[in-house]
Amino acid sequence: MITVENVSKTFTLHNQGAAEISVMRDASLSVAAGECVALVGASGAGKSTLMRMIYGNYLTQSGRIMVGDLDVVTAAPRQVIQLRRTTLGYVSQFLRVVPRVSTLDVVAEPLLATGSDRDHAMQRAEALLLRLNIPERLWQLSPTTFSGGEQQRVNIARGFAYPYPALLLDEPTASLDPTNRATVLEMILQAKARGVAIIGIFHDHAARDEICDREFDVTAFTPDRSV
Amino acid sequence: MSDYNFAYLDEQTKRMIRRAILKGLAIPGYQVPFASREMPMPYGWGTGGVQVSAAVLTPEDRFKVIDQGADDTTNAVSIRRFFEKTAGVAVTEATTEASVIQTRHRIPELPLREDQILVYQVPIPEPLRFLEPSEVETRKMHSLEEYGLMHVKLYEDISQHGAIATAYAYPVKVEGRYVMDPSPIPKFDNPKLEMAGIQLFGAGREQRIYAVPPYTQVVSLDFDDYPFEPTKADHACDLCGATESYLDELIMDDAGGRMFMCSDTDYCGARRAAGHLGAQGAPLAEDAA
Amino acid sequence: MTPLLQVEGIAKMYGARIGCTDVSFDLFPGEVMGVVGESGSGKSTLLNCLAGHLQPDAGAVCFDTRAEGLRDTVTMSEPERRMLSRTDWAFVHQHARDGLRMNVSAGGNVGERLMAVNARHYGEIRDKAIDWLGRVEISADRIDDRPTAFSGGMQQRLQIARNLVTGPRLVFMDEPTGGLDVSVQARLLDLLRGLVREMGLSAIIVTHDLAVVRLLADRLMVMKDGHVIESGLTDQVLDDPQHAYTQLLVSSVLQV
Repeated sequence: MITVENVSKTFTLHNQGAAEISVMRDASLSVAAGECVALVGASGAGKSTLMRMIYGNYLTQSGRIMVGDLDVVTAAPRQVIQLRRTTLGYVSQFLRVVPRVSTLDVVAEPLLATGSDRDHAMQRAEALLLRLNIPERLWQLSPTTFSGGEQQRVNIARGFAYPYPALLLDEPTASLDPTNRATVLEMILQAKARGVAIIGIFHDHAARDEICDREFDVTAFTPDRSV
Repeated sequence: MSDYNFAYLDEQTKRMIRRAILKGLAIPGYQVPFASREMPMPYGWGTGGVQVSAAVLTPEDRFKVIDQGADDTTNAVSIRRFFEKTAGVAVTEATTEASVIQTRHRIPELPLREDQILVYQVPIPEPLRFLEPSEVETRKMHSLEEYGLMHVKLYEDISQHGAIATAYAYPVKVEGRYVMDPSPIPKFDNPKLEMAGIQLFGAGREQRIYAVPPYTQVVSLDFDDYPFEPTKADHACDLCGATESYLDELIMDDAGGRMFMCSDTDYCGARRAAGHLGAQGAPLAEDAA
Repeated sequence: MTPLLQVEGIAKMYGARIGCTDVSFDLFPGEVMGVVGESGSGKSTLLNCLAGHLQPDAGAVCFDTRAEGLRDTVTMSEPERRMLSRTDWAFVHQHARDGLRMNVSAGGNVGERLMAVNARHYGEIRDKAIDWLGRVEISADRIDDRPTAFSGGMQQRLQIARNLVTGPRLVFMDEPTGGLDVSVQARLLDLLRGLVREMGLSAIIVTHDLAVVRLLADRLMVMKDGHVIESGLTDQVLDDPQHAYTQLLVSSVLQV
């Protein structure tokens, strides 16, 4: 489902003396449907970077990233947008929302954007929020004022609203209490069982062990920093 | 002795004006620019009409001048005298006897014939002027037939007054192409714009001439659900009893007393001469001149 | 899929000075393209060339017209281009006053484009105007008020309604939130986002405000000194800028 082939990434900071920082060289990874792969490596080694490259949020200097039939590296912007709508979901580390939109609308958005009728989208959003213990009294408020944990749960609800065939999860259980943590792990396992290809970053070892089939160490592809 | 060229203007000027008139007749409703001359009357006093009349008059013509329907206002008299003096043409107050009629703000009640010319005095020739102040833009709108704005004006009327409130200078579409300002005639006269006579419009200050040839389609603009209605005061003429002519309203005293009379003095006089009398009419002989 | 707009090699010079040069891109139905840059970058020149307000010195702007397929609007006759800009195209000016008739009521402003394409039923025109005023959150009882009686934000929303009433497929916007109070900007952006989505509009939005593009644009072009120095997916260009100038622009934005 997701195939990363020999990708490399370099950041060139023009305004800081054109410093070139090579963060990844020739990384390759393959994730099949129903598989969950954990990206591991020291902080700053490039785990989130790789995830963003797969999502198209970061530019990849060389190599190929196939998600389904599309090579994200060479795809046109509208193709990436379409991919993000129907194929590839992404739950980032921090909730980033358009301001002034209610929590319910935030979560229903991925369904509405793909043509679901409003009632169905709302029902699904409500069900997810209930499952993740976001009380009904918060549903009409914008999540920008919520606590870190609440925001993360809204983030996850949004990520799971639409049945994507592939998911990218960046620290999905961070800032969650044990009950909600268990719920999220359960949701991920159910997705796996449905055949979703998942790439995740978990600092939580126990969670990682519980749901991931294997680990991918990005450090192996991190060039020596002193270069 | 005053040695005027026939009808005051020199021959070259009359030629220039006739060329403009021919162009106007060839493109009904289209405003043709012309080199308006200095006339011995100020702008705003009918110089456009006078120049057009001067260009079309021949020594054999019979000339009539009306000002809001009346032959005997100061301006009508002055212009009539002007042409008597500079062209030596015969003059008349009878519509049926005139070959060229110059008019300010009215069309005579009696239908005109194919051998008659009606010359209108026009203050502002551009029907879109008050909505679109730019001349460049209005010329473009005419050339591209972009007349949406004209209907905006009518829309505004209805939204503010419940009906199209334009009572005079009511815009028309000529031969299905150009939108034209028929000069400040009452909208009651609009249907008469389809006639057998030749209609010429002259705006001296604005330097434009336009024309409507005989038997040309002239349609007053309106909405499907607010159709055009040529309305007049719901009254008969108090002098001659006419019910189908456009009326002037006269305030008689301080107590609100008023009377209505035909704006077209020749029409009214002819009816009274034929014996028709209105509510306050007296036989013609007893009427003060 | 056929692009809705195909721009090839657009250039406009002001004497020896470059207004904009060598701009090419394809815009597809439903795509929103942001054009950012600072003053003098050429973004407004580009927008005006695309919308037919300026004659470019070189290049083509091919639009997929409903009746005749792909037509180059640069070489189109003026009547055709003016018709296009009243029906299938829309232009939202930075200052609402440039895009409205200030001495005509709100209803008349919204109805004008309809009347320009021969709508001749007063009742229907008025109903449509009321409908559109509602969609831009202007209360129906203001339909007979002149725009001079509206606040800046309301004037801008009226301008949007006036433009969208004929269901255009392509909207050009020049700094649509410029000069408005922050809270008013926010409301306007929400409205635009909703309308773009609902109507499947394509749009080209010129702005110097990166927050506007993040909110509204799928794609981004960054301009400097008349050239397009970087383009791509909005979040990619803003999160992973490649060009020195883009990096400078992004890092200059205050994070609140």
